[in-house]
Amino acid sequence: MPDFPGRINQMNMIEVNNLTKNFGDFCAVDRVSFSVPEGMIFAFLGPNGAGKSTTIKMLTTILSPSAGSMKVGGFDALTEKDEVRSSIGVIFQDHTLDDDLTAYENLYYHAVLYKIPGAERKIRIEKLLDNVGLLDRKRDLVKNFSGGMKRRVEIARGLLHHPKILFLDEPTLGLDIQTRNFFWAHINKINKEEGVTIFFTTHNLDEAEKAATRIAIIDRGKILIEESSEEIKRKSEADSLEKAFLKLTGYDIREQPADRVAIMRKRFKR
Amino acid sequence: MNSALMVMWERQIKEYLRNKQRMAGTLAQPILFLVTLGFGLSPTFKQAGDGNYIQYLTPGIVGMTILFSSVMNGMSLIWDKQFGFLKETLVAPVSRTSLLFGRCLGGATISTFQGLIVIAVGCLMGFRIFNWALFAPAVILMFLMALLFSLLGTSLASKFDDMQSFPTIMNLLVMPMFFLSGALFPIKNFPGIIRVLARANPVTYCIDLLKYAFGGKAEFVLLLDILVLAVGIAALGMIGTYLFNRLET
Repeated sequence: MPDFPGRINQMNMIEVNNLTKNFGDFCAVDRVSFSVPEGMIFAFLGPNGAGKSTTIKMLTTILSPSAGSMKVGGFDALTEKDEVRSSIGVIFQDHTLDDDLTAYENLYYHAVLYKIPGAERKIRIEKLLDNVGLLDRKRDLVKNFSGGMKRRVEIARGLLHHPKILFLDEPTLGLDIQTRNFFWAHINKINKEEGVTIFFTTHNLDEAEKAATRIAIIDRGKILIEESSEEIKRKSEADSLEKAFLKLTGYDIREQPADRVAIMRKRFKR
Repeated sequence: MNSALMVMWERQIKEYLRNKQRMAGTLAQPILFLVTLGFGLSPTFKQAGDGNYIQYLTPGIVGMTILFSSVMNGMSLIWDKQFGFLKETLVAPVSRTSLLFGRCLGGATISTFQGLIVIAVGCLMGFRIFNWALFAPAVILMFLMALLFSLLGTSLASKFDDMQSFPTIMNLLVMPMFFLSGALFPIKNFPGIIRVLARANPVTYCIDLLKYAFGGKAEFVLLLDILVLAVGIAALGMIGTYLFNRLET
């Protein structure tokens, strides 16, 4: 557990009980339960279509579960959505920038929505844009950026405010080494200094091993194991996390399960 | 002041001003209507004893501009669903009501601006504003009408996911509302059943208000027009809020 001054009580920042999400007869998340104590860096691993993003959507209040309960930041994510939203920050897996705005404007609107005081906005935005190497492009429309640059804007925006819990859905996907390096340094810093709880998903197992204190491996909507990476390796008798992961989830490549989820979701929405 | 509302408003306007094609495209249609119908039907209208057609038509085309452009404001929501920006706003710690109204007030501002351009074109073609003292209230009425139909478009858009079906369905809904509104011809000349439909159409009352505010002639009691507008905004504001609170992605 990371050490940071001034926090002794370990309350759970995320508490999930029997969380379930069905899209028609397809069960994307199947009675999942876990908890994440305050100040922890928690990794959520799993093959494509395992239910990672669906879980994050439910935890961040933009998708309602079929069954189960969850508490985020001490608030009920079903009945106290506003309080939950005030406690969290999210970096989504897919593109969520407004392409018709400039890089600066994207961050600025985020700063306003997250109630960052007016005097601090400009300073913080310019610092983060500088951190991701885009300060001299701040007046350019995002639609003129390359995929990698867009991702960097997205990362900068996600780090603009410091919530109690930060959800990161494959945050480093498509990032260059420099930005990735900055990103993890920043995440570790806000985790250590401000006790921000981090919940992230990744396909990069080295990253998970390095950053996370605890790892949950999810497949076909179910959590297979939830331990430290050392324990996972020990229990599955593997000498690397990757081998343990493959032992647990199998060697089969999933037949486009992500598309299947999308199709089921579309069909059974509302 | 609600800052989330302000940024959403500002964003809609910035995007409109940056998209010159959209500006030109949305203005071309009403101006085409105004010019062709205005010049084409004027002599017939006069012969039929109904007076000056440009004077009749201009407020109607202003109403049309507002109706079409406001309802199509819902398209920006579909766009945001497709391109992901909606998620960014949905997880933010701001009320869904301010997200809805920010978008719709932004859309209404744009529509009102377009309506003003159409009025100017109408004046060039011989339309006479009957009382300049009523100009400011008339602009407010334009804005309220625009808000009503922005709320309609955005509420409906919250139930749609793809960019193809939304405009098609909208045209299916908006075209009859437009033709059955008295924008192009007086509804008192309509046969029975169509007159009933026209009187059940909220656009009719909005157009009537504009005809009074700009041209000085109204068909209905003004209070009824205003009542329809106010009730419409209140009802769609509530429906829209309800739908936005349940918006998922």
